[in-house]
Amino acid sequence: MIELVSASRCIQCNLCVNVCPTNVFDAVPDAPPTIARQSDCQTCFMCELYCPVDALYVAPDTELQTSVNEAELAEAGLLGSYRKNIGWGKKQTSSAKTDQTFQVLKQMK
Amino acid sequence: MLKTLVNNFALNLQADVLVIGGGPAGTWAAWSAMSGGARVVLVDKGYCGTSGCAAASGNGVWYVPPEAEARENAMASRESLGGFLANRSWMKRVLDQTFTNVNLLADWGYPFPTDDQGKPYRRSLQGPEYMRLMRRQIQRAGVKILDHSPALELLVDEEGKVAGATGINRQTSEKWRVISGATIIATGGCAFLSKALGCNILTGDGYLMAAEAGAEMSGMEFSNAYGISPAFSSVTKTLFYNWATFTYEDGTPIPGAGSQRGRSVIAETLLQQPVYAILDQASEEMRSSMRLAQPNFFLPFDRARIDPFTQRFRITLRLEGTVRGTGGIRIIDETCAASVPGLYAAGDAATRELICGGFTGGGSHNAAWAISSGYWAGNSAAEYALNLGQQANQLRVRGVGEAALQPKAENASSPNINEFIQAVQTEVFPYNRNYFRTEKGLSDSLSRLDNLWQIIRDTQIEDSQLIRAREAAAMVATARWMYNSALERKETRGMHKHQDYPQQDANQQHYLISGGLDQVWVKTQPFSNTNKSLLTTGAAA
Ligand SMILES: Cc1cc2nc3c(=O)[nH]c(=O)nc-3n(C[C@H](O)[C@H](O)[C@H](O)COP(=O)(O)OP(=O)(O)OC[C@H]3O[C@@H](n4cnc5c(N)ncnc54)[C@H](O)[C@@H]3O)c2cc1C
Ligand code: SF4
Ligand code: SF4
Repeated sequence: MIELVSASRCIQCNLCVNVCPTNVFDAVPDAPPTIARQSDCQTCFMCELYCPVDALYVAPDTELQTSVNEAELAEAGLLGSYRKNIGWGKKQTSSAKTDQTFQVLKQMK
Repeated sequence: MLKTLVNNFALNLQADVLVIGGGPAGTWAAWSAMSGGARVVLVDKGYCGTSGCAAASGNGVWYVPPEAEARENAMASRESLGGFLANRSWMKRVLDQTFTNVNLLADWGYPFPTDDQGKPYRRSLQGPEYMRLMRRQIQRAGVKILDHSPALELLVDEEGKVAGATGINRQTSEKWRVISGATIIATGGCAFLSKALGCNILTGDGYLMAAEAGAEMSGMEFSNAYGISPAFSSVTKTLFYNWATFTYEDGTPIPGAGSQRGRSVIAETLLQQPVYAILDQASEEMRSSMRLAQPNFFLPFDRARIDPFTQRFRITLRLEGTVRGTGGIRIIDETCAASVPGLYAAGDAATRELICGGFTGGGSHNAAWAISSGYWAGNSAAEYALNLGQQANQLRVRGVGEAALQPKAENASSPNINEFIQAVQTEVFPYNRNYFRTEKGLSDSLSRLDNLWQIIRDTQIEDSQLIRAREAAAMVATARWMYNSALERKETRGMHKHQDYPQQDANQQHYLISGGLDQVWVKTQPFSNTNKSLLTTGAAA
């Protein structure tokens, strides 16, 4: 579930409010969005992918809340790691380009 | 009457074609209707581009070059798995259309990879990339998109033809209405809020809306798809479990357990004790290919600090219902029309029996079906609407939504919607009710589901709860078509496993059509493998 909107990183673009399919966030005037309906989060990671400044963190656990520490997440390279894997963002190449499904399917039993 | 209604809607639009749902099926439908010269409005419950299961996951596509042998193999390979209910002429059409449209994606700039021989490889679509492109493409074409705007009910005109929908913007709470010449339901399947990847937006709303307008379902017994995921996570991607060893807690392998054909063994074991998996069958070389093929498969593992290749992790089976089942709105001909005039269905919202019979599970048929049925529905809806001409703009319309919208009686106390939803989940989640079905289990569940239906149907819901309540109503309705159809199919075929009738019965190689709200009914429709008879079975059913 979504666990973090980093106040220090967020540029208040409200993209996450727009793109979250289950409407988890609320926009707040002159402030980062709030996680308003956390239990509706379906752990799809889409908000993280669209956040331009890696200010969001979706913990892998779908049912339980996890307490997170922003500094540790940043240290471990987990802020924006999905965005990096998918190759979205400035000067990145979409990893769709390097999709190796063909290799995997070749080995299918 | 029209005048007074208008005032109640903050947004009141007219279109030739209204598309409900903005996943692959909906966006292809919108694009093709637009190409056919129609004015198109597309509404999505979430955000068109991220919502639905394709956006969050990624899709293998049934993309087969038009070479006779390859096509033959593609069609033959899944026929027995689907219990011989797939229709060859539909398969051929879908293979043709998918090939054309996926090539179009390349023209539009989808970054397809090249294979080890340097040839473009087009059998796999990364979800976020694909759906971001589709959104951009339909916006360019001029489709008007309303995000966060779930449809709540369909509108019909005086003759009962479907003529648009109304809904609500869940971020502004403003109500909208779109009056249209034709309407396409592309709302995806129903996974009962199980938190399977990308599926919580999929609650069967389209089935309910269609049924209220008089449409029928088909294949609802093929609705018990469960996806393997780590117990803690939402990621129900099963392909890589081909390289898994499934074990008990003590590390001994579970005999017969497997990702595709051995999934029953996993379900049976899970009823007794925890099940673990480890992807230890993947070679070193494969491991890096896997990461490059499906980055989001590894995301939860990396974050939970588990190396799935060397460390065992607990798994579960999450219900994906009709998302990876095959049942849905019955379509009556090659235009993807539903059995009510003016209404079309596409993607998971429509039955996929025509191309995969009683089984899809993982596999690339779903994506291909969404692309082609969306394309056809858009095309034919545009033609239908444009033929209505001026008439369409003067329609006198009324909403046909009942459950939670227009209660027949009024219950004194409103149910707690969350508890209500849990009550529905209790009937459809358990493996020993839905995965493994028995006459007794199904009947017991149905008596409780019928009761739940009465409650939600007769409850006056306050506006703030309306969207959830309609989802709840759609889930109960879906469960009732599922289980009534499952009771009727007294055999084991496709993904439908009936413990009392463990064999496939040659006399039941037919479709099961279902429908009804207060009174659910099920009837058989003969299976046919030729185009012509398919077109005429509408009357025979
Ligand atoms: C984890 C996972 C992996 C998968 N992998 C594959 C694969 O490899 N190959 C394959 O072929 N298939 C795969 N599938 C299935 C495939 O993703 C679907 O069949 C396909 O996405 C269906 O497209 P769709 O447009 O019909 O539905 P969806 O993509 O689910 O889109 C439905 C849309 O309707 C909207 N909606 C719902 N209710 C309403 C409402 N009331 N009003 C307005 N809008 C509404 C939703 O917000 C959503 O945008 C997978 C599914 C899952 C869950
Ligand atoms: S997308 Fe990122 S930067 Fe934009 S509002 Fe959300 S958290 Fe802030
Ligand atoms: S993970 Fe998905 S559901 Fe959860 S907040 Fe982000 S976008 Fe919304």
